[in-house]
Formats: sequence, structure tokens, C-alpha cells
Amino acid sequence: MHVLRTVFLFCALPAAVLAQDDLLDELEKQADGKPQPVSATFKSTRIINVQSVETMKRNHLDFRISHRFGRLNSGAKEFFGLDQAVMRLGFEYGITDDLMVGVGRSGEQKAYDFFGKYKLLKQTTGAAQSMPISVTLFGSAVIRTQESFVPGETYSFQDKLTYTGQLLIARKFSERLSLQLTPTYLYRNRPELSNDENLLLAMGVGGRLKVSRRVSINADYFYAFRENNNLPYYNSLALGVDIETGGHVFSLHFTNSLGMIEKQFIGETTGSWGKGDIHYGFNISRTFSLDRKKKLLPN
Amino acid sequence: MTNINPKNWCLNGLLFSFLCCFSTLTQAQLYATSTGQTNFFSETPAENIRAVNTKTQVLLNTTTGEIAVRMNVRDFHFPNKLMEEHFNENYLESEKYPTSTFKGKITKLPDWTQNGTTDVRVDGTLLIHGKEQPRTLTGKISVQEKNITLTTDFEVALKDHQIDVPKIVFVKIAQVIDVKANYILTPYRR
Repeated sequence: MHVLRTVFLFCALPAAVLAQDDLLDELEKQADGKPQPVSATFKSTRIINVQSVETMKRNHLDFRISHRFGRLNSGAKEFFGLDQAVMRLGFEYGITDDLMVGVGRSGEQKAYDFFGKYKLLKQTTGAAQSMPISVTLFGSAVIRTQESFVPGETYSFQDKLTYTGQLLIARKFSERLSLQLTPTYLYRNRPELSNDENLLLAMGVGGRLKVSRRVSINADYFYAFRENNNLPYYNSLALGVDIETGGHVFSLHFTNSLGMIEKQFIGETTGSWGKGDIHYGFNISRTFSLDRKKKLLPN
Repeated sequence: MTNINPKNWCLNGLLFSFLCCFSTLTQAQLYATSTGQTNFFSETPAENIRAVNTKTQVLLNTTTGEIAVRMNVRDFHFPNKLMEEHFNENYLESEKYPTSTFKGKITKLPDWTQNGTTDVRVDGTLLIHGKEQPRTLTGKISVQEKNITLTTDFEVALKDHQIDVPKIVFVKIAQVIDVKANYILTPYRR
């Protein structure tokens, strides 16, 4: 009898597998468990000042307007800095989903910046052998077109160039928290101040904490490894809020840096948080899809 | 003859069980796809939003009329990638609720042996954003040689699945999304 019951149960099994809910279970078993890259480690291609591991997707164009106002401690007469503003305009474009290029024009030093970003590694979730971090390479060249930093001196084309190389290493720890480390190599063919070094190495840390589905608190900081401590420069710190409104990302923040490109905020920040040299600023980004795939729909 | 031999009884039982087993196997005809196409549209005055998922999994038991549909939310692709990111991050919360499913039963089975198209109704449960809704969907079943094609067109109200639309969006999103699906099923082998 016992044998019979076992045999019967065994035989009844295929029928049970095909019943009701089990069709769904069967589909789940068939589904591929391939590791998926995490989405949106950061909301945009910047944390605040620093580049984030994110790149523009293929055939997408981002138009960015960044503003930094004057210093808060400039007083009521200057409307706490709001009377003055510097701006950077930029166009950034995704050649592939992993490779992007960008160009920008900063009012500060009348500088043109050209950069490229490439996603080297992507953090994944799911399978056992998932990638714990994302790594993006960043390289830029900047030309300062504003004449003579010191009156009377002349500068060659070469003198006006600065190069930046960065390794952007980030991890999305949870849906809410993402952190990034940014080792930086900054080379000035001719530094703004004659007693400054050509080569500056720096380490950046930054991150975002989502407080709601559309709002996050962001921060980034750079520690510059300077040998000369007599320079009037400070480390850059920015704190802000990102608000996302479908198509736009508004980034509102406070920072002691006036410049919005690496050369300026990592190497030439003259403001000090301690003294109240804080600039209110915002970045607005609007992304356009240039992808017009008509074959998307069957009919 | 009236004397029942326990050994014989057992053997008969075994034979009967095997017969049962085979009969269920032959009866249960399964059809499936893992490349089904699911589209959705939202028409608004400002912008038309559309997305397509071409990796929809479908399994149909033609004997019982039971049907299961499963898709990864992340497999919906939009022409605008920022929209795609918002869809995953803000609306469907695909990290928390990675799949959408439908399970149901065809109310009146079509004749699977005849080539042709039949209008059908399917009673079932739609799961989106972790919230289940009982639904009766209407569609068409086309039988063609070895393929069975299912098509359906239905609406999903965002509030039925507790999908919130923020107050400060520039692109207004319709409260009801139109879904179109087209699944071509072939005999299923495990």
C-alpha cells in the first residue's frame, strides 16, 4: 500500500506541475538570471561639481546650464551674492550607451572645456558573480582664452591648456545611497600663480542620499595634495539638493568654488566655508532624445 | 478468481498509475514564448509616451485554458532613456517590484485543431507595481498550423496599481495607460 501511494504521488506530479499558479512558477524558472546593471547610481552626469559615473545614453543630447552666484558674505548691498553670476553652458552627447563627449564654455576665465567619458565597469545585481562597483574614465582638456593672468606677461597657446584625468569609482549601496571616490590627475601647462605646481593630484569623495523618489541630497568634496601650503587655495566642498521633474534635473547647492570645471574647482578654489565665502548655485539639465526609432511599434 | 492476490493488486495499481501519468502528459499541451511583445502608450497633449517589451514570457495550457504572462519591468524600452529611468525609478519602482505578471483562464476554449481566429475572454489577475487586480481581458486567439497567436488590447488605470504621478511634472502623464500585446506561441519543451 505504501509503495502504491508513493508511485501514485510520483505519477500525479506532472499533472500538479501544470496546474493553476504553477504556470507562473514555470516561467520564473525559465527566466534568465543574468546579472543586470544597476540603474541610476546618480540622477545626472554630475554629483554637484564633480562628474558622476553616469554617462549620456546613445543618441541623447544633454543641454546644461550651470550658474554660480557671488559670495553669500558679500552682504546686503550685493544682495548676498545674487547680483553677480558666472555661468557655464554645455552640450553633452552620448555616442554609445557607454561613451560620451561634451563641450562647455565657462564665463570664468573664458574657458572652453572638451571632455570624454567612458564606462569601463558597471555595477550589477542578481547573479552570484556580480560586479560590486562601477568605474568610469574621465578625461578633459581646457583652454583658457581670457588674456594674461598677470598684466604685462604673454602666454602661448600651450600655456593656456590644462588637462584632467579622473577615475570615477562608485557604488550604489542601496536604492537611496550611492557613494563615489574620484582620484584626480590635474596638469596645468602653466599654473595661474607662478609659485603653484604644474601637477596637482587630488582625491574626491561624493555621494547622494535620496530622501524621496524625486529628491536627493548630494555632496562632493576634493582634497588636493599640495606641496606648497602658502597658496590662497582651499579644498572644494559642495552641498545641495537634486530635484527631478521628468526630463529636467534641477540641482540647487552651496559651494565655496566659483568655477564649474575640474581645473577651477579642484585647483583654484579661493573661497573658504569657514569665512562664509559660499556661493549659491544651480545646474539645470535638459535631455533630448535624438533617437527616432519608428520601428519601435509593430503597427 | 475471487481470491485477490496482493501482489497482483499492486501491479495493477502501478499500471493504472502509469496510464494516468501518460494521459496527463499527452493531454497537457503547453505553448510558450519568451519573446512576446508588450507595448504601452500614453497620449498626452505635450508628449506621447510609449515603450515596448520584447522579452515577455507566456505559457499557455491548451487543455485547461490556463495562461500565464510574465515580464521584467526593466525590459520595457523607451525612445527617451531618461523617461525609461523615471519609469523604473519613480513610477514602477522596478527594483522593489521587478516583474509584472498576469495569470488567468480562458472562459470558453477555442477549437485548437482548426486554423482560424477566435475572440476570447480571459478571467484572471493582473499584477503590476506589486498590486494585484482581478481583470477580465478580451482578445483574439489565432491558431495557425503549429503556432498560436494571442493578441489583446486593454487599459491600465495607474491608481488601480497605486502608481503615483508627482504633482510637479512638466510632462503630464495620462491616468490610464493603453496596453497592447502580441504573443506568438510555439509548442513548449522543458
